[in-house]
Amino acid sequence: MFSLELFLNALVIGILLGGFYAALSIGLSISFGLLDIVNIAHPAFIILGAFVCFMFNSAFGFDPILVGVAFTPIFFILGNLIYRIYYTSFEKTGATALRGLAFFFGVMFILEVALSMFFGVDYQMVRAPYIDYKLEFGVVDIPFRMFVPFLVALIMTLGLQYFSSKTFFGRAMQAVAQDSFALRLMAIDPAKIKRIAFGISLATCSVAGALFAIIMPIEPSIGRLYIGQVFAIVVLGGLGSQNGTLIAAMLLGLVESIITTFFGPSWAPAVAFSALILVLAFKPTGILGRAGDTRG
Amino acid sequence: MLEIKNLTKRFGGFTALSNINLDVRSGERLGLIGPNGSGKTTLINCICGVIQDYEGEVYFDGESLNSLAPHKRARKGISRSFQIPKPFNSMTIRQNLIIPLEYAVQEGIRSHIDMESEVDQIIENMQLSELADQLPTNLTQIDMRKLELARAMVAKPKLLISDEAMAGLSSSEIDDILKILIALNENTNVTIIMIEHIMRAVMSFSERVVCFDAGEVIANTTPEEVVKVPAVERAYLGE
Amino acid sequence: MNSTRFYFVVLVLVGVSYLTTVFIDNQYPFFAGFAILQLIIMALAWNILGGYGGYVNFGSAAFFGLGAYGAIVAYQLFGASLPIQILVGGLFSALVGLGTGYLTLRLRGVYFAIATLALLVVAETLIHNWDYVGGAAGAYLLPKRNLDFWGVLIVGKVGGLFGNNKELLFFLMCILALLTIVICRAIEKSKLGRGLAALRDNEEAAESMGVPTLKLKLIATTLSAAIMGVTGGIFPYYMTFIEPTSAFSLDISVNALAMPLIGGTFTWLGPVLGAVILGTLQQIATVTISSEINLLIVGLFLVSFVIFAPEGFLGLIKKYSKRRD
Repeated sequence: MFSLELFLNALVIGILLGGFYAALSIGLSISFGLLDIVNIAHPAFIILGAFVCFMFNSAFGFDPILVGVAFTPIFFILGNLIYRIYYTSFEKTGATALRGLAFFFGVMFILEVALSMFFGVDYQMVRAPYIDYKLEFGVVDIPFRMFVPFLVALIMTLGLQYFSSKTFFGRAMQAVAQDSFALRLMAIDPAKIKRIAFGISLATCSVAGALFAIIMPIEPSIGRLYIGQVFAIVVLGGLGSQNGTLIAAMLLGLVESIITTFFGPSWAPAVAFSALILVLAFKPTGILGRAGDTRG
Repeated sequence: MLEIKNLTKRFGGFTALSNINLDVRSGERLGLIGPNGSGKTTLINCICGVIQDYEGEVYFDGESLNSLAPHKRARKGISRSFQIPKPFNSMTIRQNLIIPLEYAVQEGIRSHIDMESEVDQIIENMQLSELADQLPTNLTQIDMRKLELARAMVAKPKLLISDEAMAGLSSSEIDDILKILIALNENTNVTIIMIEHIMRAVMSFSERVVCFDAGEVIANTTPEEVVKVPAVERAYLGE
Repeated sequence: MNSTRFYFVVLVLVGVSYLTTVFIDNQYPFFAGFAILQLIIMALAWNILGGYGGYVNFGSAAFFGLGAYGAIVAYQLFGASLPIQILVGGLFSALVGLGTGYLTLRLRGVYFAIATLALLVVAETLIHNWDYVGGAAGAYLLPKRNLDFWGVLIVGKVGGLFGNNKELLFFLMCILALLTIVICRAIEKSKLGRGLAALRDNEEAAESMGVPTLKLKLIATTLSAAIMGVTGGIFPYYMTFIEPTSAFSLDISVNALAMPLIGGTFTWLGPVLGAVILGTLQQIATVTISSEINLLIVGLFLVSFVIFAPEGFLGLIKKYSKRRD
């Protein structure tokens, strides 16, 4: 039963959702897209950020987004630490891909268990004055619950894009993926660049977590449902291309919104994962990606 | 036995190989030279099937290899060694050498005992006997290269492609490898394509030399003649 | 240990496991035993693709759960008996494994790993929304009190081969575990095993030496999934009730992956060792502290071993004994 009103609302929600997905994925486009680190714990770190927000929001009433932003330095340091461990244990020694994967799987699991031990398994929500507002444009509703995260996500994504293309460090970051040798010739230590890049990738999880907590109720293992989403977006957008990630996120947000509006919300995870499989099967280089990245 | 017709390979906007036509006779010793990035390894990857989406045709013994997976091409008798050696690190040298015998050889099923004796044979020929039951993790450069070559040779291929097997070796080690390759060609008539930067090795080994530059063949003649081709000199030294 | 001795020991163990059901009355050892055996079998199955082939599967729980629900469907559709339930469960998971593998094994191992995780999420969602098998509320399965087979009373308080269903299932799990060990050992010593090791160590080199890597990967995936599906297929009969959250629980996936990595991935003894050690630790932790702590333990062990002892317990033992020489 198709109605124009339903469709328009689905479209709007899709765009807002796309912005949110961009925020979730932009960190992974750095860690997986540029550094080739398969951080499947990325969504788990986002949920960690979400729970940090919840903790400060429910205890002190701080605005969730402020908490998210305030914690970016801490997540950045955490990212540095994890990269050091990853680098010494796996990258430097040329260990098999199995170990790196198992490492992040273990980290993801530890995060989930620790969160559920600390906060319990029930759904939690954050509170903020603007969450319940709604803008109404004729038949179309724009819920602030999604609009505010959309704005923040856009700022963060565009900010990172600017950083990657216009600043020296950002460009070094893009370069380290393609030619670390050249970097070394310029007396830049690729390992240090990668470490900072990974730190940035994790720092985005702090903000993304805040946005997550605003958009929906959170529980410790909910990150799992989004692993497919974020990897699909990064691959679809083309590994290493932040512009591509943004476009892919929008696309996925739109498709998912339309499917869930007309077929029900429980199909959402299936949409993203199916998208991933299809992309990998037919166009592994993604929309704006480099050639020759996905084959063994 | 190997016929390459109009082979072109593009990576996005970059053309790695442009309309390559090359024939290699059975039993021939062919040298392949050219500056880095000129397309030599890409050519090898197309012949071996690592790259399959090329334009043009590759014929081996009259059969088209197009769209055949690498392992199927290996079974037809094409074998290669890798520029950066890729040993199987969890297996002993001996076990490393059994793999191609078990998987690449076509005719009939051999007993394990037969395979073991063939492996022993080649270990002796390559003077790796002392290391035969060790893992490859602590081998010296030259022993690593010898293992790489031995693995490529053990299944008695019809065509052996040696990709920069001598890079970084000392002069006497280079002579060792040369001796092994020449003996192989003379005793079993296996066709050998040698990619090398070490000119004296290429010149003394090859019956014919092909020079690549920027994805094209710029010379295809005897070793004595190829050094006189101006394009070759330009390719290596720049304009 | 040579083959004759090995098979002799296996047969002896078959006999011993039957005799335990005859002579032990206390039911607790069978419950604990079933749980540990399940861990052992899942770890062994995971290792066929993960340890021998080097391809990580995060979705073991999917194959387990699909096997369990395959059994339920068989039971509800045509009142299938236990052997048919197990067969259907194994077959169904094998097909799903084959399909997933076919779609993703040509790509980097990373994408196969993510796809298996995706499979887990999608499978759980599908079952969660499928009312025929009870959806979120779950499904019941009532085993027969006195089970007979071609005139022989298998389960029965008086005169049956087994006193009750739990003992029968314990024995079945023992058989399955021993069978899986036999299969794993056979693979290790076979051309298939050598091919898998080659592709694990260096896939490109293996291909260039004639190893049909895609075919071997598909065989390993399908076999692994089938065994997991069979293990899942037994589960409903044992629990008499299943529901999606526990059938597809991530814990199953984590255990299946952690135990071989902790015990050692090169040979069947590793997963068995890892399962026994970690499984026992988990039981102790659950009983003495809390059930969540035991999950934390698995996670911490996994991460520590992956970083510090990549070849697991067996690797540590090998290193230690070499140092002493």
